[in-house]
Amino acid sequence: MYNKAETETHGKLFSLVMWFVLIPVRIYRSKILRKLLKNPISVAGFALVIFFAVIAILAPVLAPPARPSRPYQIPRSGYSAIPKPPSPEHPFGTTEGQYDIYYGIIWGTRTAFYVGLVVVGAAAGIGIIIGSFSAYYGGLIDEIVMRITDIFMSFPFLVAAMVLTTILGKGLDKVIVALIVFGWMSYARVIRSEILSIRELAYVESARAIGANDARIVLRHVLPNAIYPILVQASMDIGSMVLTAAALSFLGVGAEPGYADWGQMISFARNWILGGQGNPLQYWYTVIYPGAAILFFCLGWNLLGDALRDVLDPRMRGRKA
Amino acid sequence: MLSYILRRLLLVPWVLLGLTFVIFGFLQLLGPNQRLSTYVRDPAQLKQGTEVLRQLAHKYGLDDPIWVQYGRWLNNVLHGNLGYSESANMPVDRAILRFLPASTELALYAILPMIMGSIWLGTISAVHHNDPIDHATRVMALTGWSFPTFVFGLLVLMLLYKWFPAGRLSIWADRIVNSPEFIRYTGMNTFDAILNGNWAVFLDAIRHMVLPVITLSYVSWALILRVMRSSMLETLRQDYITTARAKGLPEQVVIKKHARRNAMLPVVTLAGLTVAGLINGVVIVETIFNYHGLGLFAVRAAQQLDFAAILGFAMFNGLLLVVTNLVIDILYAYLDPRVKLQ
Repeated sequence: MYNKAETETHGKLFSLVMWFVLIPVRIYRSKILRKLLKNPISVAGFALVIFFAVIAILAPVLAPPARPSRPYQIPRSGYSAIPKPPSPEHPFGTTEGQYDIYYGIIWGTRTAFYVGLVVVGAAAGIGIIIGSFSAYYGGLIDEIVMRITDIFMSFPFLVAAMVLTTILGKGLDKVIVALIVFGWMSYARVIRSEILSIRELAYVESARAIGANDARIVLRHVLPNAIYPILVQASMDIGSMVLTAAALSFLGVGAEPGYADWGQMISFARNWILGGQGNPLQYWYTVIYPGAAILFFCLGWNLLGDALRDVLDPRMRGRKA
Repeated sequence: MLSYILRRLLLVPWVLLGLTFVIFGFLQLLGPNQRLSTYVRDPAQLKQGTEVLRQLAHKYGLDDPIWVQYGRWLNNVLHGNLGYSESANMPVDRAILRFLPASTELALYAILPMIMGSIWLGTISAVHHNDPIDHATRVMALTGWSFPTFVFGLLVLMLLYKWFPAGRLSIWADRIVNSPEFIRYTGMNTFDAILNGNWAVFLDAIRHMVLPVITLSYVSWALILRVMRSSMLETLRQDYITTARAKGLPEQVVIKKHARRNAMLPVVTLAGLTVAGLINGVVIVETIFNYHGLGLFAVRAAQQLDFAAILGFAMFNGLLLVVTNLVIDILYAYLDPRVKLQ
């Protein structure tokens, strides 16, 4: 017997799988990578991101954890508050509370990738679902959903994340939740406007004419073509999300004390910024190393995102670079 | 024009209502005792037995159905009653009003260099498209965009604090400002000093504001610069620019009068983002420079789990941003008549 419901589920599943296959294929075919590698700015961005990725992967080799069960806890040698300058034992010195700066930066790279990828992945996922839902149903539902995004956008991002983290309690997982709650709106807006413009195009009409159902049209024809602006947004966002998470830790509402996190390393440095007697730069290492780590991590993703936008934005295509 | 403004105005109450939903939702995430702490002034009361707590919860209606609670809470908020801030030891609405002038002063001084500087650089960058100066500006903007405010602020403080100390005023100036002879017209030190004719205090206030203002204006300039640059590039390609050149206008006039004025339109739409960026920046900058304003108040409240204060702060900023966006939208419709047709 012909089972209609079953074939339909299979069809949807197939579309979903195809989506994950189609997008990488499209990205490959569009020669984006090749174009990106021609541009020195994006090459620099790539290099930075890969550099940090290698550090994150090799963290256990570069800085073997003293207690393998809790590798993200920065080891401390003593409890003295005063930072100590770089020495063979502590290549970047120790910060307030004798936390090893080198260790904190190496394992903080993992924290940064974790925060950036999880927050952006979840925010983009939620945004795509809400945005496509809104664009697909249109009318009153669209209006309501867009007003809801307006409401979430009417809080300053850092302030909103700070308030929500405070309410949820201390810890990196709370920071991540807060950043996702206030991070999905731009994705919803972008995907919605992309879908609204794409669904008027001839190839969507042709797909409908040959009898493709709505789910198939959205998943296989509309979304894969609307995905580029999302990619640009995502790569720009990874840097800024990591920055905001670090800022929250800096303000004292982020990661727990001693957790390998760049923002926290800088908050440790705060009390020592004025230096000692007559030498304001005495404790430079407490702020320079973690600061440089955050700066270059964000710079890498932003350069990549910027180059990606130049390559992907159709309005920028065909112009001399 | 009028119908556009009306339509835009009609939306505001809904957004504000949504805003209260979000804040009230936050409040519901707290445990019952924490929620009680936003009502009770005396922390000792909270440490008593469960029976007392239950009575207190009943007194403040925390055991009522949720919509009754929401109604009561909203009524309080509409009357400006945002609860009691333990960290500042005063009602939240009074604390906000008290700390607001200091932050406003900071933001006012930061806006000018930020907007003027980025528009100027954006124009140069676009006019010299793909020249070394363009590349330099782009790299600078991207670096600035990635440079965390708190690292930048700490660095300038480390290098320059000898000449530009942290805080809001030196001790001697603080004493003058708080003395009865010194009349506080606005609560903003520099303006009050001018109005009182006290130039020593004025100079001291300025000296304390240099570093925070540099750090704060630097927060958003990269964004404005980039938008200005791409908008200027777009405008320079328009036919009317070719026409202006063809009729023999000097290049400076073409750029300054014909191109830049039109290219500045998209920058206006950024104003909302800029204000949001300033609020975020104020929080960090005041913390770094120990500048007693709204941001530092909020950070301290957050560190001490003073929930009434941070929820009030969130509410206030949400309101501020909604009003700003409204003003900007109306302004934009006035500047660019094409908007109204949509």
